[in-house]
Amino acid sequence: MTWIWNNSPALPVVLLLPTAIAIPLFALIERRLARWLALAVSLTTVGLSILNLVKALSLGPIHYHMGGWPPPIGIEYVLDPLSAFVLLVINTIGFLVLVHAKKVVDREIPESGKHVPYYAVAVLMLCGFNGIVATGDFFNLYVWLEIASLSLYGLIAIGSRKAPVAAIRYLILGTIGACFYLLGLGFLFTMTGTLNMADLKAILPAVGHEPAVVIGLGLIVVGMGLKMALFPLHGWLPDSYTYAPSTSSALIAPIGTKVGAYVLIRVLFFIFGAAYVSRTIPVTTVIGWLAAAGILYGSIMAMAQTELKRMLAYSSIAQVGYIGLGIGLANPLGLIGAVLHVMNHAAMKALLFLAAGNFRAVLGHSDISRLDGSTRRRMPWTTAAFAVGALSMIGIPPLAGFFSKWYLALGAVAKKQWVFLAVILLSSLLNAVYFFRVIERIYFARAESTAAAPRTEASASMLVPVLVLAAALIGLGVLNAFIVKGVIGKIVTSAMF
Amino acid sequence: METTFPSLIPLLAVSVSLAAVPLILLSSSRPNLREFWTLAAALAKFGLVLALLPQVLTGRVAEARLFELAPGIRLALKADPAGVFFALVASGLWILTSVYNIGYMRGLGERRQTRYYAAFAVCLSATIGVAFAANLLTFVLFYEILTVATYPLVIHKETDEAVRAGRKYLVYTLTAGVLLIAATALTWQTAGRLEFVPGGFLAATTLSARTVKALFILFLAGVGVKASIMPLHGWLPTAMVAPTPVSALLHAVAVVKSGVFGIIRVTGFVFGPRLMAELGLNAVLAGFAAATILLASLLAFREDNLKRRLAYSTVGHLSYIALGAALLAPAALAGGILHLAFHATLKITLFFCAGAIYVNLHKEKISEMDGIGKVMPWTMGAFTVGAIGLAGIPPLNGFVSKWYLGLGSLQAGRAFALVLLVLSGLLNAGYFFPIVRRAFFRNGSLPAHAKEASPALVIPLLVTAGLSLGLGLYPDLFFRFFRLASAAAASVFGGPGS
Amino acid sequence: MTTSWKDIPVTKFLLGHYGYWFVFILMTLGFYGMVVKKNLVKKLIGMNIFQVAIIMFYLSSAGKWKATIPIVDPAIGTADTARYIDPLQHCLMLTAIVVGVATSGVAYALLITIYKRFGTLHEDELIERMKNDLDME
Repeated sequence: MTWIWNNSPALPVVLLLPTAIAIPLFALIERRLARWLALAVSLTTVGLSILNLVKALSLGPIHYHMGGWPPPIGIEYVLDPLSAFVLLVINTIGFLVLVHAKKVVDREIPESGKHVPYYAVAVLMLCGFNGIVATGDFFNLYVWLEIASLSLYGLIAIGSRKAPVAAIRYLILGTIGACFYLLGLGFLFTMTGTLNMADLKAILPAVGHEPAVVIGLGLIVVGMGLKMALFPLHGWLPDSYTYAPSTSSALIAPIGTKVGAYVLIRVLFFIFGAAYVSRTIPVTTVIGWLAAAGILYGSIMAMAQTELKRMLAYSSIAQVGYIGLGIGLANPLGLIGAVLHVMNHAAMKALLFLAAGNFRAVLGHSDISRLDGSTRRRMPWTTAAFAVGALSMIGIPPLAGFFSKWYLALGAVAKKQWVFLAVILLSSLLNAVYFFRVIERIYFARAESTAAAPRTEASASMLVPVLVLAAALIGLGVLNAFIVKGVIGKIVTSAMF
Repeated sequence: METTFPSLIPLLAVSVSLAAVPLILLSSSRPNLREFWTLAAALAKFGLVLALLPQVLTGRVAEARLFELAPGIRLALKADPAGVFFALVASGLWILTSVYNIGYMRGLGERRQTRYYAAFAVCLSATIGVAFAANLLTFVLFYEILTVATYPLVIHKETDEAVRAGRKYLVYTLTAGVLLIAATALTWQTAGRLEFVPGGFLAATTLSARTVKALFILFLAGVGVKASIMPLHGWLPTAMVAPTPVSALLHAVAVVKSGVFGIIRVTGFVFGPRLMAELGLNAVLAGFAAATILLASLLAFREDNLKRRLAYSTVGHLSYIALGAALLAPAALAGGILHLAFHATLKITLFFCAGAIYVNLHKEKISEMDGIGKVMPWTMGAFTVGAIGLAGIPPLNGFVSKWYLGLGSLQAGRAFALVLLVLSGLLNAGYFFPIVRRAFFRNGSLPAHAKEASPALVIPLLVTAGLSLGLGLYPDLFFRFFRLASAAAASVFGGPGS
Repeated sequence: MTTSWKDIPVTKFLLGHYGYWFVFILMTLGFYGMVVKKNLVKKLIGMNIFQVAIIMFYLSSAGKWKATIPIVDPAIGTADTARYIDPLQHCLMLTAIVVGVATSGVAYALLITIYKRFGTLHEDELIERMKNDLDME
C-alpha cells in the first residue's frame, strides 16, 4: 500500500506501457481479454489519478525521481495540481471512451483481426498522454509525445477507406510539429545546458534575453500549437476526425488537443513565467489573436458542414481557440478559464462524439441532413444527452460550458480586450446556429415514415458513458466554483503573474 | 426597511415544477396522470409562493442562499415584494392555464402533449427563478433556461412556419442573452457586486459615466428583447404561431413579463433612480418605451389575425411598465408593477378567448368572427371585459394601474406620459371594440351545431375576467397586489440610490 | 596591416557558423520536400531529411575543440572533461533516430495501404480518386 502511495506519480505510465505490449500477447489466448485488459488498466489509472490529485492538493507539488536518480541528471516526474488535474481529466475521459468502444470497434472496423491491435494502440496512446503530462523533463516529454503521436496515427488509420490518407497527412504535419518542438528544445538546451523543467526555470533569468532562447520558445510554441490545432495550424484536424472511427475521434478530440494545450500552459506560465511571455516577448498576445481567429474560423466552418463528425471537428478547432484565448489573456482569470475549459471541453466533446458514434451504430450514418424526428423516437436517451452537450457548448447556464466562457469573459474585461470579449460572445451565437440545426432535425423534423419507429436505443456499453458525461456536464457546471477554488485556484496562484 | 431570514421556500417554489418534469415524462402513456402532475405542481407552487406573502408584507424577506455558482457569487433566491408579486402572478395564472391547456390540447387532439406539459413545467420553474433571483448571475441563469425551455413550446406544431418562428425567437433571445451575460461580466469585473439592492448599487461604486452608460445599453438590449421594446420586439408577433395557451401564459405573462421584470430590476435595483436621472438614462428608456406604446398601438390596427393583434397590444402594454420604471416617480413604478399583474389577467383572458374561438369554430381571423357572440356568449362576454380593461376604463383593473402611472407622470413632471397613456387607451379601444361589435352586433356564417366552448376552456377565462373586475374594484383583493407594488416602489425610492 | 578576408563580419557570419548553415540548408531541403513535392514518398524523404537536420544540430552542440569520443581513454584519464565530447546529446539523438525510424515505419505502412486502396501515391491523383470513392463509412 505504501509502495503505491510512494510511487503513484510513475505508476500510471509503468502500468500502461507493459499492458499495451501485453494485450496482443494475452489476446492470443483469448480474444476478449484485449478489451478487458484495456478497461482494467484504464480504470486503474483513473484511480491513481484521483490519488495523485489528492496528494498534489494536500501535500503540494511532488517531485518523483525516476529510478532514484536526482535531477537535473535524472528524469523526474512532477505532480502539481495542474498536471494532476489534467491527468485526471484525460484518464477519466479515456476510460469512458474505452467503455463505449466495444460496439464501435465491432461495427466500424470490419476486419476483426484489427480489433486486438486497436485496443493495444489505444492503451499505448493513453500511456503517451500520461507521460507527457506527468513528466518534468523536456526530452522525456518529446519521447512520450512521439509515442502518443504514433499511436494516434495508427488509431486514425484503422478506419474507413480514406482514413490512411488522413493519417498520413496528420503524420507529416504532426512530425513537423514534433520536430519543431525538438529543435526549440535544442536551442534551449544549448543555451541553458539542462533538460529538466525546474532547472531550466531557474537558469532562464540569466539567459532570457538571448535571441536563441526567444527562438527556442517560439519553435516550441509552434510545435505545440500544431499538436493542439491552434489556428492556423489546424489543417490536419478535420479530415482526421472525420475519417477515423468514432472511438478514435472520441479519444483524440477531447484529450489529444488538451495535451498540447497543457504543454503550452506549462512552458509559458510555469517555466518562462507570465511576465516574460506577455510583456517581454509578447508570445501570448500572438497566441491570443490567432486563437480568436481560430474561434471564428472554426465556428463559421462548422456551420457549413453536413456531416456530424466533421461539424464537431471544426467545432473543436473553435473550442481549442477558447483555451488559446485564455492563454493569450495571460491573467489569472483567463488562465482559470483556459484550464477549466480543458476539463469542460473534454467532457463536452467526448459526449458529442460518443453520441455521434451511437447514431452511426444505430442509424448507420451521421449525416445531419438524414437525421430526422425518428432519431428522437428510436434513441431518446442519446438524443437527450446530445442536446445537453449542445446546450453546454452554446453556453447555457448552469451547464459546464457557460462557466468557461464566464471566466474567459471576465478575463477579457479585466484586460479591456473588448475584441476578445466580442469574439467569445459571438461564437456562442454561432455555436447556437449549428447546434440548433442538429437539434431541430432530431427533435422536430418530420420523420420520413409515419410508422412508429422501434425503440432501438444504443446498447448499455454505448449508452452509459454518454449518460454519465451528460450528468457530468450538469454537475461540473453547478459545482464549478468548488473546482475553481479547490483545484484551479491552487494552480493559478502558483503560476508567476 | 426589509429584514431577511433564511428559508427554503423560495427554492422549493422554483424546484417543485422541475421535480414534476420526470413524473410528467414518465406518465406519457397515461394522460390523466400526467395532467395530474402538472396541476399538482401548479397548486403546490402557488401555495408555496402564497406562503411567503404574509411575511413579505411585514417587511420580512425570505432568502435562500445556496452554493457558490462562481467564486464570490452565490446562487441566491430572495422573496422581496417585487419578486413575490411576479411569482404570484405567474404561478397563479399557471393553474388556470393548466386547466385551459387540458381543454385546448384535448380539444384539438394535439400531438406531443407530454413534451408540451414538461416544457411548460420547466418554463414556470425558470420564471419563478427569475422572480426570486437575488443577484444578476442567478437572474441570468434562470433567464437563459427560460429561453431554452420555451423553444419547444414555440415550435410545438412543427410546421415550417413554426420552425421559422422558433429560429427567429432563438436568434433574438440568445443574442439578448449573450449581451446580458456581457453586461453581467462587465458589472462583476468593474463594480465587484451583483446583488440586487433596492435603489441600486452602481451609484455607490466608482465607475466612470461612460462605463455606466455602456452597461445600461447592454442591459437594456439584454432584457429589452424579452420585454419587446421596439425595435427588439420582432419575435413576439411571429411567435404567435404557437398554440394559444403558450401565447397566453408565456408570451403574455411569463416570458415577456420576465423581460419587463428585468427592466424593473435593472433600473430599480442595479442602477437606481438617482443614477438614472444623473446620466439621463431614464430619458433613453422613456423614449423607447413611449415610441413602442404609440407604434404598437398603431400597428395593432393592421392585423387581421386575432392573436397577432393581441401580440401588438402586448408589446404596447409592456412598455407601459417600462415607462413606469423610466419616469422615476414612486407612483409610476407602483403603477408599472401593478400593470404587470393587471395586464396579465386581462391579456390572458383575451388569449383564452382567442383559443376557445379557435378550438370551437377554427377561426383565427377577425374578419371571420361576425356573430360569434351569439354562439359563445360567455367567451365573448369575457373578451369584452378584457378589452374594456385594457382600454383603461373603470371599474376594471386596467384603469387602476393606469391611474397610478398617470399620477406618477404628473409627480415626475412629465405630462406627456399622461397624454400618451390616454391616447393609447383610446387606440386600445379602437382596435378591440370592433371585434366586440362584430361578435355581438353582426350576423355571420356559423356552423349549425356551434355552441359555447367546453367548460375546461370557458371556466378559466371567466375566472380571469372576474378576477380583473374584482381587482379593479379592490386592488388588494386576495393577494394584496397593491400593497406589494407600493412596498416594492417605496423600497426602490427609499433605498441608498435615491 | 590590412584585415584578412577571414576577419570581415560577413565571413565570420558565414564561415564561423558553418555548422548551423549546414543544418539550415538541410532543414530547408527537407521542408521543401515535405511541402512542395506531390509524391508521398518524396514527402517522407523530405521529412526524414528534416529530422536528420535536427539531429545534426544537436550533435553539433556536443562537440568540443580537440576532444575525443566519450569513451574513457586510459591515456587521457577522467579528470579533464574538456577532452571528451558531451555524450548526452548523442544519447538523446539515439532516441530521436529511433523515433524517426518508427515514424518512417508507420508512414510507409500507411503508404502501402494507400497504394493498395487507391493505386497512386501522387497527392493530386489521390484527392481525385478519393473524391470518386463513395464509401465514407
